[in-house]
Amino acid sequence: MAISRKVGFFQGLSYHGGGPMLSWMLHRVTGLGILAFVGLHVISSFFMQQTGSDIAAFINTIYESWVFQIFVAFFVLFHALNGLRIAVLDIWPKMLNYEREALWLQWFIFVPVYGLTVYLLIQRSLVGG
Amino acid sequence: MHARSVQPGVSFEYMMWIFTRISGLAMILLAIIGMSGAFILGARTQVDLPTLMRWSFFPNPNHVVNSNIPDVAVGWATAYWQIMQMMIFFFASTHAFNGLRVVLEDFIGQSFLQPLLRGAIFLLWLFSLITAVFVILAS
Repeated sequence: MAISRKVGFFQGLSYHGGGPMLSWMLHRVTGLGILAFVGLHVISSFFMQQTGSDIAAFINTIYESWVFQIFVAFFVLFHALNGLRIAVLDIWPKMLNYEREALWLQWFIFVPVYGLTVYLLIQRSLVGG
Repeated sequence: MHARSVQPGVSFEYMMWIFTRISGLAMILLAIIGMSGAFILGARTQVDLPTLMRWSFFPNPNHVVNSNIPDVAVGWATAYWQIMQMMIFFFASTHAFNGLRVVLEDFIGQSFLQPLLRGAIFLLWLFSLITAVFVILAS
């Protein structure tokens, strides 16, 4: 019943789980974030189409703005890459010996792809295209 | 946090564990197919990130209508893309609602709230599937 942890919130944050714990936490946060973003986007699109609601149009304008896209791109890209790593390691459990290397490889792929995305988003917003 | 108790053999938790992996890989594949389809059908110019995401994850004519591509409905309202949309929506919504269930049950644990929570999430999932099939077939 309810949350019955033996540790407090800040105590939990100082737990030295390292890279795997960070990716586990980020996977949960990004997954719930995608559910929230996409759910909100679906609902606002429905009301924009059916009733022409101003609030729905406002939500979709925020959703499609370049600032918000920086967050959405992080959430989707990280969740996809981390999920791919989890699935591959679960299919071939022997590779779990190299989990830390797999995490490093994941960040080595993630950083350039996401960096280029952010660079292009900011560049286009400055140009106004 | 509560430890998740899983019986050996085939159980609901095990099936959903397998499904999460398979649907995740399938969504990556379907997103690549959707993105490739967008470029084949003429999205080589005028594509920004929101447009590319709309194309990758839900290639519905109503969803990609703002894309500056001529004859967007002609290319996308076909049985092939309708089946693709249904598959990606089924995988995405099932994956997402199951993930929500797993996270919430980690915090709630075994309590009288669990069946209520599962029922509510099941109804939301069913509603989202019916709505999506209606949107896909009606457009």
